[in-house]
Amino acid sequence: MNIIEFKGITKTFGSLTANSNIDLQIKKGEIHCLLGENGAGKTTLVNILFGLYNQDKGEIFIAGKPCDINTPHKAIELGLGMIHQHFMLVDRLTTTENIIAGEEPMKNGFVDMTRAKKQVRKISDEYHLSVEPDAIVENISVGEQQRVEILKVLYRKAKILIFDEPTAVLTPQEVASLFKILNKLKAGGKTIIFITHKLEETMKISDRVTVLRKGKVIDTVNTSNTSPKELAKMMVGREVLLRVEKEKKKSGETVLEIRNVSLYGKHKRPLLQNINISVNQGEIVGIAGVAGNGQLELEETIAGLRKIQAGQILLNGEDITGKQTKERRGKGLSHIPSDRLKRGLVPSSDLAKNIILGNHNAFSKKGFLQRDKIKKYSKNIIEKFDIRCRSLQDNVDQLSGGNQQKLVIGRELSTNPVFILAAQPTRGVDVGAIEFIHQNLLEIRKKNKAVLLISAELEELMSLADRILVIYEGRIVSEKKKYTREELGLLMAGEKLG
Amino acid sequence: MLKRLKKYSDLGYSLIAIILAFAIGALLIYLSGLNVGKAYSALFNGAFGSLFNFTQTLMNTIPLIFTGLAVAIGFKSGLFNIGGEGQMYLGAFVTAITAIYLSFLPSIILIPLVLLAGGLAGSAWSFIPGYLKTRTGAHEVVTTIMMNYIGILATSFLLLRYFQETGPIPQTVFIPESARLPELIEFSRLTWAIFIAVFVVILCDIFYKRTNLGYKIQTVGKNSSAAEYAGISSDKMMVLSMMISGFMAGLAGATIVMGVLHRFITNFSPGYGFTGIAVAVLGRNKPVGVLFAALLFGALQTGGITMQLFAKIPMDLMVVIQGLVILFVATPVLIKKLLRK
Amino acid sequence: MSEILDVIFNINTFSAAIRISVPLVFAAIGGVFSERVGVINLGLEGMLLGGAFSAVLGSYLTGNPYIGVLLAMFMGAIIGFIFALFTLKFEANHVVAGVGLNILLLGTTTWLMQIIWGSRGTSVNVTGLSEITIPLISSIPIIGKLFGSHNILVYLMFVVVILSWIVLFRTPFGLRLRVIGEHPKAADTLGIKIRKIQYTSLIFSGVLCGLGGAYLSLGHLNWFSMNMSAGRGYMALAANIFGGWNPLGAFGASYLFAFTDALQMRMQALNLNVPNEIIQMVPYILTILVLAGAMIRSRPPAALGKHYKTSR
Repeated sequence: MNIIEFKGITKTFGSLTANSNIDLQIKKGEIHCLLGENGAGKTTLVNILFGLYNQDKGEIFIAGKPCDINTPHKAIELGLGMIHQHFMLVDRLTTTENIIAGEEPMKNGFVDMTRAKKQVRKISDEYHLSVEPDAIVENISVGEQQRVEILKVLYRKAKILIFDEPTAVLTPQEVASLFKILNKLKAGGKTIIFITHKLEETMKISDRVTVLRKGKVIDTVNTSNTSPKELAKMMVGREVLLRVEKEKKKSGETVLEIRNVSLYGKHKRPLLQNINISVNQGEIVGIAGVAGNGQLELEETIAGLRKIQAGQILLNGEDITGKQTKERRGKGLSHIPSDRLKRGLVPSSDLAKNIILGNHNAFSKKGFLQRDKIKKYSKNIIEKFDIRCRSLQDNVDQLSGGNQQKLVIGRELSTNPVFILAAQPTRGVDVGAIEFIHQNLLEIRKKNKAVLLISAELEELMSLADRILVIYEGRIVSEKKKYTREELGLLMAGEKLG
Repeated sequence: MLKRLKKYSDLGYSLIAIILAFAIGALLIYLSGLNVGKAYSALFNGAFGSLFNFTQTLMNTIPLIFTGLAVAIGFKSGLFNIGGEGQMYLGAFVTAITAIYLSFLPSIILIPLVLLAGGLAGSAWSFIPGYLKTRTGAHEVVTTIMMNYIGILATSFLLLRYFQETGPIPQTVFIPESARLPELIEFSRLTWAIFIAVFVVILCDIFYKRTNLGYKIQTVGKNSSAAEYAGISSDKMMVLSMMISGFMAGLAGATIVMGVLHRFITNFSPGYGFTGIAVAVLGRNKPVGVLFAALLFGALQTGGITMQLFAKIPMDLMVVIQGLVILFVATPVLIKKLLRK
Repeated sequence: MSEILDVIFNINTFSAAIRISVPLVFAAIGGVFSERVGVINLGLEGMLLGGAFSAVLGSYLTGNPYIGVLLAMFMGAIIGFIFALFTLKFEANHVVAGVGLNILLLGTTTWLMQIIWGSRGTSVNVTGLSEITIPLISSIPIIGKLFGSHNILVYLMFVVVILSWIVLFRTPFGLRLRVIGEHPKAADTLGIKIRKIQYTSLIFSGVLCGLGGAYLSLGHLNWFSMNMSAGRGYMALAANIFGGWNPLGAFGASYLFAFTDALQMRMQALNLNVPNEIIQMVPYILTILVLAGAMIRSRPPAALGKHYKTSR
């Protein structure tokens, strides 16, 4: 029996067609994967289902009845629940407050906290979610936060649970325990829609898979009748190289050296502790870790945006510990920031202004900007890095995510750097752009530059990096040339190997 | 093409905002039982009806250009400086004192020196909120407002204590002739200050369009984290921007003392600093936009007096219109909605 | 020196501070409700002014100050609604809209004052709120002096402080409101009716400022004068921040401001050898210092000042 049926769903944003005539059936009690690349339209489709967007055309049937779902409120009433990729949790409130908000148990007009906590504990026990009702959300682990999200949905008596890229922020071990929970939910009669772009997960967890590409349904297949290779082909539309070719190379002299660096936050909270990293010429060094374990702090420390309390940072043998960002850049540091829109670009400025950002002093003569020189330089970068745009006067917010990232990368690689700090360089861009970016990073390695790659993508680290360091709670807990996925997973979760 | 269209739509929104504000103003006049036609024609005549009236409009435009620039410059780095009034008082006061004490200098040195002193006094006053914002995060709107009160009280205290001319009215003695800006038309009190103002507008325009420093300040205003990541110190740029902003407000005070009052008087301002907010918002924080917006509000200020005299309509209606203009310009969404209907 | 200490530790200073704090407290709690739901409210100043004017108008028209208070609350609600409309529906920058609103209300009240009373400085005298003496409390020493005899708005203020705290932290409405101010999208996905709660909060914020304004004109002086809020709205916003976006904290911070103001007035009256202008500066300087100090430690609602388009 089909519990959900999409018929001819179409949704456009401006000139972009996110969903085009989607037909899809979800069976009751199954785990159904929606597989596709970034921008394939998976999230748009479930956002329509959950009432966050309205479709332009098409209908949704729930348990056979046509439903007009125009708000999340309506979706919740229909028994739908969504676990968002970016958790919808208020950091400063307790887990219980987060769970009950909007549907609070009441006593004499007040929130009945005692009863609320009891209920939370009951559901938590039923599905082995082990959520502590009194904990403040910002103090618990990412895995537990996700379980709070699941609890939120179960508390609202959802029968259909939608998971949007739930594994993106988890360690392999946390993924395994999530899958146990999913199977338990399935055994309890719930229907699960699982959005992902990872083939391995799809094969492991789902009963059926629907592959989406460029807003269209390619096919729906039974998981037992397919293979990762076949799925990959459907997903991308061509044969894919699952591994990048990397030539063997001997590394040269040390370029960046971080010695015993420690950084403290508010109330003396340690953010980085006794960090030692060295990056050599012609080498890509990877930093692996679960988000929030000090990566951003490390990135900002190297870039000169944080004042460290102990230790030294050397660039080409010169002590740059006390130097500001500007001076570090002057000495050949390039930086691809982890969040391009927040920290890498000025979205409301034009392309040219963004292309000279960080290197602007090179285009200044007696305090005036040299407009012709800027124009020529910008055109060159746009061409070389294949940034798709209409003109130099376009604002950056008119570009797609992939093109924005190419702009940042083009800008940072074109200043003839000696060291490149690349943080999450492929976050949120499509496969084509990922390949392009990886090639560029390998290219720069070939030119004997030093690269420090901070990434949450294990595949990316394992295929690009010559050495990998694992960061956990602000410490480097391990360093090796090669790891297996499982080893990395354990280390990232703070476990020891063997 | 798209860029050009956007430019026009900016202007279009501003015009629609003005029309809306005047329409609501008309409604208010009508509701209070007065004659709308008479009111607005008196307003127009008062501002542009004769050469003399027009000189008075220009005279009122000058401080508004400066206070408008002050607010606009703050906005460029993402800060909302509503301390123009206090900065202007400081500027006016220091201008008067400097001119009085350095009266032995020849005009050619004294005038630029005194202007500079007035501007710097404004800078000094705006430095404090700028510094507190970057160091502690204290919202500049609250701190600049408080600095207004403190500035007005402080100048009045210094005046009464140390510099008051003997007599009942709290004012300084006249500044020397050599420190006064020459009049363009006799008895109009319209002076060379108008050229100084236009010149400063052009300088600002070039500064933001062409210079590296202008680029850095605007980058901070649009995305301070990206600026930091690119090695631009947003704190430094904000404080600097705040000081340039205060300099402009200081110049407003300086030109009033040097061109119009020829002395410092307590409570001399009819709220030029606050009108500067409306000027900047209406001018979309662009120097040239500020110039035209200042002319509009200068005309309202001048015409408002005539309107009060001949149509018996309190000139505070102009303040109502200012408030409405700010609200409407701040809401392009509203105007779009209205246009669609 | 001992003279100054006498002033500070004088019961009259403490009790004067209670009176002075009333408009600040109402406006500061108005600020709490507005900012907790994500809207930066610089419009407090204009709302106070509008309230003060409406209260005098109401009393002038009917001769009954309580009608004045009701009119102030009603006008406060309308101003709050207009502010909500601009900041939420029309997506105006909160700060710019707040300042615009203040200028609009400054102009409107001054203009109407001239139309109605023919004077730009002050209105005519109207019937003010009379003091109510609570028999039992007023006979207790010290406490009686502090709390025994006030007009109705002072007592209402204490009720509002406590009720606001209960509403914010103990009721479903308060929980939802806080979730919106921290993470509107989370609230949206929980099916919370964001706009309804935001509008309610901002209207309530306006009503509170109306009460504060009414006290300013009818509780103190029995007339309205041009720009009579004199920056209190901005101080109230600072008090709200200093008080950690909490009604109890906002009360404490407002009382602190009021206390320095009371000191300032008494010192002026004492003819100490300190110039009046300098003494008058004290509350303003204190506001700056307190705000600067508070901002270092405090953490505003995460979504404060941001626009959120609700799902549809």
